[in-house]
Amino acid sequence: METNQDCYILGIESSCDETAASVVKNGREVLSNVISSQIDIHTLYGGVVPEIASRKHMERINQVIRQALSEAGLSLSDITAIAVTYGPGLVGALLVGVAEAKAIAFATKKPLVGVHHIEGHICANYIENLELEPPFGCLVVSGGHTHLVKVGGYGDYEILGRTRDDAAGEAFDKVARAIGLGYPGGPKIDKAAKSGDPLALSFPRAKVGGSEYDFSFSGLKSAVLNYLNESKMKGEQIVTEDVAAGFQKAVVDVLVEHSEKAIEEYGFTEFAIAGGVASNSALRAGMEEMCKRKGVKFYKPSPIFCTDNAAMIAVAGYYEYMAGTRSGSDLNAMPALKLGER
Amino acid sequence: MRLAAIESSSLVASVALLEDDVLVAEYTTCYQKTHSQTLLPMMEQIFAMTGAEPESLDCIAISSGPGSFTGLRIGSATAKGLGLALDIPLVEVPTLEAMAYQLYGNRDLICPMMDARRGQVYTGVYTFTQDNAFICVKEPMAAAAEEILAFLNARGQRVILLGDGVPVHKELIEKSLTVPFSFAPAFCMRQRAAAVAQLGANYYREGRAIPSDQHAPSYYRISQAERERMEREHGA
Repeated sequence: METNQDCYILGIESSCDETAASVVKNGREVLSNVISSQIDIHTLYGGVVPEIASRKHMERINQVIRQALSEAGLSLSDITAIAVTYGPGLVGALLVGVAEAKAIAFATKKPLVGVHHIEGHICANYIENLELEPPFGCLVVSGGHTHLVKVGGYGDYEILGRTRDDAAGEAFDKVARAIGLGYPGGPKIDKAAKSGDPLALSFPRAKVGGSEYDFSFSGLKSAVLNYLNESKMKGEQIVTEDVAAGFQKAVVDVLVEHSEKAIEEYGFTEFAIAGGVASNSALRAGMEEMCKRKGVKFYKPSPIFCTDNAAMIAVAGYYEYMAGTRSGSDLNAMPALKLGER
Repeated sequence: MRLAAIESSSLVASVALLEDDVLVAEYTTCYQKTHSQTLLPMMEQIFAMTGAEPESLDCIAISSGPGSFTGLRIGSATAKGLGLALDIPLVEVPTLEAMAYQLYGNRDLICPMMDARRGQVYTGVYTFTQDNAFICVKEPMAAAAEEILAFLNARGQRVILLGDGVPVHKELIEKSLTVPFSFAPAFCMRQRAAAVAQLGANYYREGRAIPSDQHAPSYYRISQAERERMEREHGA
């Protein structure tokens, strides 16, 4: 039933290299999801250049927001509240979205809600799974983050484990560069690994002393680089696909193993994945298999909701808005914002 | 005509409200706090104080650079957000132009210089003619402080210097300038949104407003990554 109680959130996301805006109805129904990617320009530099990212956001942000409103068939006056990513991320990039969102909120006298980028990724799971509600476990893996999280309720997040060094996606990028696949590493390794043998080469699965849920990927990355150097010195042929497959398997094994441990200890009956690396086909398959084996319902967002997007920010913003969270006109970008912090 | 002006190209955060020919409000701070936390609260305050409504604005004047990349972006994104939400256009006012305009009517050369780090300044040279037309003598640029000082010496005219590049290069200025010179007093030494507002209003009347979507700051410098890439390619 259409009532005037319907809540429309305009989400804005600019934490890295995607300028994105979206309108979400009542926290679950995505009316528009516009993403302007800068990947082509950053590919020239082998990774995201923060200053370039910030400049591109500035050039695109108004058009992206306009398109999100027009695809939703709404105008700003129909919007209930504005949600914006304020951290973590690249500070210069975040500031564009934050300043833009604050100005819109001021001009339209609408409430403003600052959203945690990682909470957004987790909330992406609500979009296509109307039945999903907390509590559940979630593995968040992206270019900047690797977190094992207990979602206790809407807006209630407990970090069980995190990476001690490189994020999983970062390791993908670095290894992809080393084996000549280029940027972005995630999709390129995923593709190459499909024609490689994951058991041809065995790379180490790092354990972090003292914390069974924490991750470490820098040792694995070094092991791959060492292997490449040694093979080169010995004049041995390097099979890129096998390296990609072996490396990917080492990452996926650790992610799945830690998730499984968390399921056992915390008794999750539902488990989700989120973040850019959640698009990785081996990770999706590995998690699916493990969850099935454990009798746990497994959730994975479509790739379009795994990558940085503003629909997930609008969804997270909706639950924050309903919980009464309001941000002021002095909302600042928080590049190192921790999950569960405000 | 009602116009709001935004200036955040340096440490100064400044907002102003101009109604027809009356400067209704100006709020300027120069303080170690990020523009992200000061600029919009200041804007909110001048609207609240004067009872003005954002919907009554005809246009936003934005100090468009050069300057601190981050500072410019906070101002520009604020201006673009206002333009989008209120469906009004933006007027880009070059930062150095607005700074020089603060010394309205002065027949001497006016040389704003902003600290651009790495020994450089963002600078230009302006003056007013006998009938108070505002003219640009040297186009804005990022240059070594020595370069603009040599330019001023070659012109052989009296000059007033202003901007946050002045204290940084004070010794050099005093040592190198052979023309008579002075430093602007505090009230017009640094950026002020009032000047951005007035020039913005002038340009608006001249039909120089643009859709908010089109605006981006004028950085006068490419990013370090782009510079290094160009050097690599030229070196190769």
